[in-house]
Amino acid sequence: MELNSRVPSGPLADKWNNHKFSNKLVNPANRRKYKVIVVGTGLAGASASATLAEQGYEVQTFCIQDSPRRAHSIAAQGGINAAKNYQNDGDSVHRLFYDTIKGGDFRAREANVYRLAEVSNEIIDQCVAQGVPFAREYGGTLANRSFGGAQVSRTFYARGQTGQQLLLGAYSALSRQINAGNVKMFNRREMMDVVLVDGKARGITVRDVMTGKIESYYADVVILATGGYGNAYFLSTNAMASNVTAAWRAHKKGAGFANPSFVQIHPTCIPVHGDYQSKLTLMSESLRNDGRVWVPRKVGDKRRPSEIPEEDRDYYLENKYPSFGNLVPRDVASRNAKEQCDEGKGVGNTGLAVYLDFADAIKRDGEETILKKYGNLFQMYEKITDSNPVEEPMLIYPAVHYTMGGLWVDYDLMTTIPGLFAIGECNFSDHGANRLGASALMQGLADGYFIIATSVAHYLATNSLEKILGSEAPFKDSKKEVEDRIDKLLQNSADGPAGKLTVDEVHKELGRLLWDHCGMAREGGSLEKALKELPEIKKKFWDNVYIPGNGKDLNQSLERAGRVADFVEFAEIMIRDALARNESCGCHLREESQTEEHEAKRDDENYTHVSVWEHISGDEAPKMHKEELKFEFVTPSQRSYK
Amino acid sequence: MSSINLTLKIWRQHNSDALGNLETYDLDNVHTDMSFLEMLDILNEKLTKEGKEPVAFDHDCREGICGMCGAVIDGVAHGPEKEVTLCQLHMRNFSKGDTIVIEPFRSRAFPVKKDLLVDRSALDRIIQSGGYVSVNTGGTPDGNSLPIPSSNAELAMDAAACIGCGACVASCPNGAAMLFTSAKISQLALLPQGHAERQQRALSMVAQMDEEGFGNCTNAKECEAVCPKGISIRNIARLNKEYLFAALTEG
Repeated sequence: MELNSRVPSGPLADKWNNHKFSNKLVNPANRRKYKVIVVGTGLAGASASATLAEQGYEVQTFCIQDSPRRAHSIAAQGGINAAKNYQNDGDSVHRLFYDTIKGGDFRAREANVYRLAEVSNEIIDQCVAQGVPFAREYGGTLANRSFGGAQVSRTFYARGQTGQQLLLGAYSALSRQINAGNVKMFNRREMMDVVLVDGKARGITVRDVMTGKIESYYADVVILATGGYGNAYFLSTNAMASNVTAAWRAHKKGAGFANPSFVQIHPTCIPVHGDYQSKLTLMSESLRNDGRVWVPRKVGDKRRPSEIPEEDRDYYLENKYPSFGNLVPRDVASRNAKEQCDEGKGVGNTGLAVYLDFADAIKRDGEETILKKYGNLFQMYEKITDSNPVEEPMLIYPAVHYTMGGLWVDYDLMTTIPGLFAIGECNFSDHGANRLGASALMQGLADGYFIIATSVAHYLATNSLEKILGSEAPFKDSKKEVEDRIDKLLQNSADGPAGKLTVDEVHKELGRLLWDHCGMAREGGSLEKALKELPEIKKKFWDNVYIPGNGKDLNQSLERAGRVADFVEFAEIMIRDALARNESCGCHLREESQTEEHEAKRDDENYTHVSVWEHISGDEAPKMHKEELKFEFVTPSQRSYK
Repeated sequence: MSSINLTLKIWRQHNSDALGNLETYDLDNVHTDMSFLEMLDILNEKLTKEGKEPVAFDHDCREGICGMCGAVIDGVAHGPEKEVTLCQLHMRNFSKGDTIVIEPFRSRAFPVKKDLLVDRSALDRIIQSGGYVSVNTGGTPDGNSLPIPSSNAELAMDAAACIGCGACVASCPNGAAMLFTSAKISQLALLPQGHAERQQRALSMVAQMDEEGFGNCTNAKECEAVCPKGISIRNIARLNKEYLFAALTEG
């Protein structure tokens, strides 16, 4: 597997401009001769579809939901970063670049991150022009707020629904192109495979989830915008349909998968309250600005929080990290919460929660002020838990939230399969080992609106592609493979459910394994153990899962089964990747790599690289390749929050 | 946390052409902290174990924002709690021994595809007919070049909060999509970016609404009562104003 990052030479600030100039173009009259497939309609997919269609390409766009407006980008609450420096507080493209690469713990490419910061300003202009109702000051200018990991106010927002508003902006641009006949939209299609002709990505195989029909579509370029794989853990803040299938199928056809173990675990989520739970809900991180995190000092203290006097409480973040206190970064907050619970000091029914207490803030600022800041969050919390945070401290616990790892891409966002591009959360490119708040929306839209069109043009202008019709052997083979796999999934179901497992039961077992061994803190021995247990889960799945109904119809159990089958396979490279990276970095603590004070210790000498996994067919273990990261413009520094 | 037992009467229909009927299921040990969809998950696990076909329903984000879920619970779209989607409705709103009737969102323009799952693509086509600002990617003016009064931006945001779930349509005695359509028209009419096309937009979107088979508003206000995002029918007044003005001047 060759990993040529194609990072342009020259000064950091000139790279993107030079690259745009050196990339070849397709003239406007010729663009209509090219077909482009886009899979996914989140921020990246919808914006890419609209932009490519506006430029004249013939676009076919696919989404799994009943409408392109439902993709999970819609759930992002906080905001979107841009280096506008509207607040005149010292922000610049270079500062946004630096904060993002530092936030990622120096495990991302400098050139990619710089480009992201560079195009961030255009994104805001684009969205405003579309009619996105960003928050405004009384004078009518755009409002900003500050967000974790930054000392400037650069986050643009639309109440707590920024993702929704940006997605609806991209959806409206997409809708306009559908109306103009430039985009053909396929709803309720699940991508099952990517089709290669002469080594190049030329199409996809999809399943129409309403009819069960397996369909082939061909094109000159395939763009994946299929999101992250957090649902491998079963419980996460992801939407129910979020999955790794499209990316995993591409990986099995030859696309390298980068840093699969880089998963962000968000500290302030509503804790799990029972086995029946289907997903976790995020509470905005801004709550930590005024809430104090604590647990009882004594193990097994079952008193109500109000009955526990000050001297019996341990405000562990304030005690351990006096200068940052409750505002330590996401990974530190998450890890410490888990540590307290592992010691038996966790609270709530399950013992898997810590308190986030607003009593002092209310005493200091008054109830009204606190409610003005967090009223909507308090209300959301109360709706879910039936407890009022004004009267009782909130219960919070970390949850899987975002996956920094993804398909390896070069500077043009092309995977190791020629003609197959990956944009948004499904690639690995910009967030290193940890993503800063309000950066996911920025990256999705940067890739879709401002980067991918240049890459697509260059690829088409420099490759001669044979004319195809979508009925060639590779399409037929792929279709057959997909159909056989569905038959295989259903093979155990003919003789009824007796003694069998449901899809969710196996998925939950996989989730527990990953959470216990490949979660926030990792250790060699424990990862080895997980790697040993994984084949048992895989066997259980293929031998024992019962799926009601058949494949010729809408069958939601079958859809889930296909995704879980891929999660089980994918988990192997997650665990192997975690095992191979014997350093603490970004979101993860590696037990073997700590300072004397039990803080994360990065190992730049041995691990300043991207780990890229290659699929080897048969039973052989996957192979790891390295893309060395060079830091020419910034000097990696060790994080400290003491 | 306590648990309750329930009798569920759920609409089962194999596909658009099949006849449907209400099936009765008993479900014990429903924790009151569960969401309504988690309760349906439990039922589906139970049905699967019994070798029966699970109930099909649409859902995705399960945090009340994607707009994919929705059903009529005891005659009310999204159920008894105000301003929540079905995924955010919790079982503590019900009591021991309750019988709950669960039906799909029904409307002429929303054909039932299976059980509780309906086809709402008509809403997408309304947006496609004009629910946007015709601006291409790139070359847009600086975000601060046009000041927008905060109050207008807030009003536009109130309307833009629509999640496109279709509860308004399912609750309207006329099967109208006026609240949905008016939310988009209002958002763009309140912002300067939307002004250039406001007349054409109102005409096209209303025409598409009619073509899809949606009815018209007679101020029954059922839509506002069930809207999970609290979208006000003032938006419908604004739609009427926009439409009237466009019809008189564009003619």
